[in-house]
Amino acid sequence: MKILIKNGKVIDPAQKIFKQMDILVDNGKIEKVEKNISARSVEIIDAEGKLVTPGFIDMHTHLREPGDENKETVESGLRAAIKGGFTTVCAMPNTKPACDNAQQARYLFERAREIGTASVLPIGAMTKDRKGKEMSEMGDLKDAGVLAVSDDGDSVQDALLMRRVLEYASMLDLLAISHCEDKSLSEGGVMNEGKWSTVLGLLPIPGASESIIVDRDIRLSEIAGARIHIAHVSTRESVEIIRRAKKKGIHVTCEATPHHMTLTDESLGSYDTNLKVNPPLRSDDDVAAIKKGLKDGTIDVIATDHAPHLISEKEKEFDYAPFGMIGLETALALAAEALVEGGHLDWPGLIEKLTSNPAGILKISSGTLAPGSVADITVIDPEKEWVYEENKIVSLSRNSPFKMRKMKAMVTDVIAGGKIVLRDGELVEK
Amino acid sequence: MNRQKKKSTNGFRWERKHLLGIAELSTEELALLLDQAENFREVMDRPIPKVPALRGKTIVNLFCEPSTRTRTSFELAAKRLSADTLSIATSSSSFIKGESLKDTARNIEAMQIDMLIIRHSTPGAPKFLSECIKASVVNAGDGSHEHPTQALLDVFTIRRKLKKIVGLNVSIVGDIAHSRVAKSNIFALKKLGAEVTVCGPKTMMPSGIESLGVKVTYDLKEALKGADAVNVLRIQAERQNQTFFPGIREYARMFGITKEKLNKYAKKEILLLHPGPINRGVELSQDAADGEFSVILDQVTNGVAVRMAVLFLLSGIK
Repeated sequence: MKILIKNGKVIDPAQKIFKQMDILVDNGKIEKVEKNISARSVEIIDAEGKLVTPGFIDMHTHLREPGDENKETVESGLRAAIKGGFTTVCAMPNTKPACDNAQQARYLFERAREIGTASVLPIGAMTKDRKGKEMSEMGDLKDAGVLAVSDDGDSVQDALLMRRVLEYASMLDLLAISHCEDKSLSEGGVMNEGKWSTVLGLLPIPGASESIIVDRDIRLSEIAGARIHIAHVSTRESVEIIRRAKKKGIHVTCEATPHHMTLTDESLGSYDTNLKVNPPLRSDDDVAAIKKGLKDGTIDVIATDHAPHLISEKEKEFDYAPFGMIGLETALALAAEALVEGGHLDWPGLIEKLTSNPAGILKISSGTLAPGSVADITVIDPEKEWVYEENKIVSLSRNSPFKMRKMKAMVTDVIAGGKIVLRDGELVEK
Repeated sequence: MNRQKKKSTNGFRWERKHLLGIAELSTEELALLLDQAENFREVMDRPIPKVPALRGKTIVNLFCEPSTRTRTSFELAAKRLSADTLSIATSSSSFIKGESLKDTARNIEAMQIDMLIIRHSTPGAPKFLSECIKASVVNAGDGSHEHPTQALLDVFTIRRKLKKIVGLNVSIVGDIAHSRVAKSNIFALKKLGAEVTVCGPKTMMPSGIESLGVKVTYDLKEALKGADAVNVLRIQAERQNQTFFPGIREYARMFGITKEKLNKYAKKEILLLHPGPINRGVELSQDAADGEFSVILDQVTNGVAVRMAVLFLLSGIK
């Protein structure tokens, strides 16, 4: 099937393109990107007034399969991804059992192929069962097609083991993704330490529990010669440590989530458990530092940390509710509000952090509209105003604090692997 | 008691349905609560210390954390107002069977109750319940968040003794970080115009406490000097598996209040408050706890009047 996207403003950060052009897709690939393409017997998507970008890549998604299929499955997670403009998601390994072996990684690749829409890149666990005790079989994981390893959610506490993981991963050219948290400092904590944890009486998680491990892991990756990617950076101190490391030439990259650039710990006054995330929502000052880091390039990637949980788990006392919020369907609008409307980035600057930057870090060929590339394309209406309504959520879970929020900028059409999977904001079913 | 009484002298009307914390109360609401408590305090001294104000109302005490004083005080307050009361303690409740707090509360409410008094170990649990059920919710202490009725009775006791709150210097000594009593007291005292000093080991001083408008000191002498009242917090034994201070002996020496220290550093007419239960010989010495400065038992008596006022005012809107 041929698809012609007409009259849109094309943004392809990888090629530094930002202008009005048409895109012709044929046989799953991008055929050409030119002005005024005309072709016969093609499906036409009129993108007048819209932005046409590479399909987004989420470096941080929790798909919950296997183990918690009542929260999310590969299928439902990919539907949510597409709705949000993502054509590739990195599936974090904290499933039950953990994705610490080749078979499980292969299962995820296979599920994604069967579903046949967006791609899944399984992230392997760094240590067996994510226990932080012994290295996982990273060679096997690599052979199964895994590109990155992480013990996401459970930061490896032992510095020596972490050093060895980094050395071993770098031997295999695997990216190491680190959720940075010194558990001896954060244990029992449920929100950011500061005035608001004091007012609300909630046990605090100090910013230092993150930045200490950010610092440690960057230093260890320097010794190991590894590529390290710091997950969901949330504090000013972490941003500053990463900025200094980059200046020094250390191979470190990092990501920030839309919620860490839009919400602060003050919002927890509602005790809304959907605001309970790890790392926690931080202070105004931290949010300002995240935005600055995104603007000056210290923060490379915007990732969702999409973390589905059941209503029954979230409808609990704050201390007892699990950490996490869903984010695939709201990522673009929230990031655009915080960064484009907020004057920190222009559209190409924002799209870069959703496409070419994650592609470069993961060393994958997608994330660009260059002719010959896989046709993963996202069409955005940047002016479209909409409301995030609960009954329109396609994720199996509903745990978002953004419900009923007025949004601007909407993903209207998505092409994944050359197939139209979202049309005028509606999922195209098989 | 008639509805007229719910109006203060300046015409302010009570409209709040739940009492979740002091932080959200206006100065007018605080003043009205204290005035109302004064009326009930007087009722308590009558030969028949009971009024029919809440006859036909049903009030449930849901205590998911151990408490004797607060639970008894609420129960007695409800009975003095002629309400029907029921107390549920965690040990006998369905929590152990895995029922959620929300389901428990909704089931209790389905029996058509008017008010739910909740004590819970997690901050925000009363607010969570107030969003799940239609009955009024009263916070009887939620984790390290707030204990509004304790602060009200503390302030009430000070006001009764010293005839005012504005301009007083009140010190709070002990584990400030984990104390809901400290927090609620700070909010109430600041709103009513007192100066507040908090004192305790630095390890028990929560971050950002200064932003609540209090003075912080780690020196007990400083906290006692010039104070009109000192509220001494209980050092919780259950926290001692975590290291906040080297030991009871050193704590008592550095932060424990004794008659000797009071005589040496404090004003002659200082009031000594404690929310109970006291660890004698730790935060308070025997001679201080039972000495002439102590208003600890007045606090307990006043607690009933204050809780009567809370229940009475909250019942006003449905």
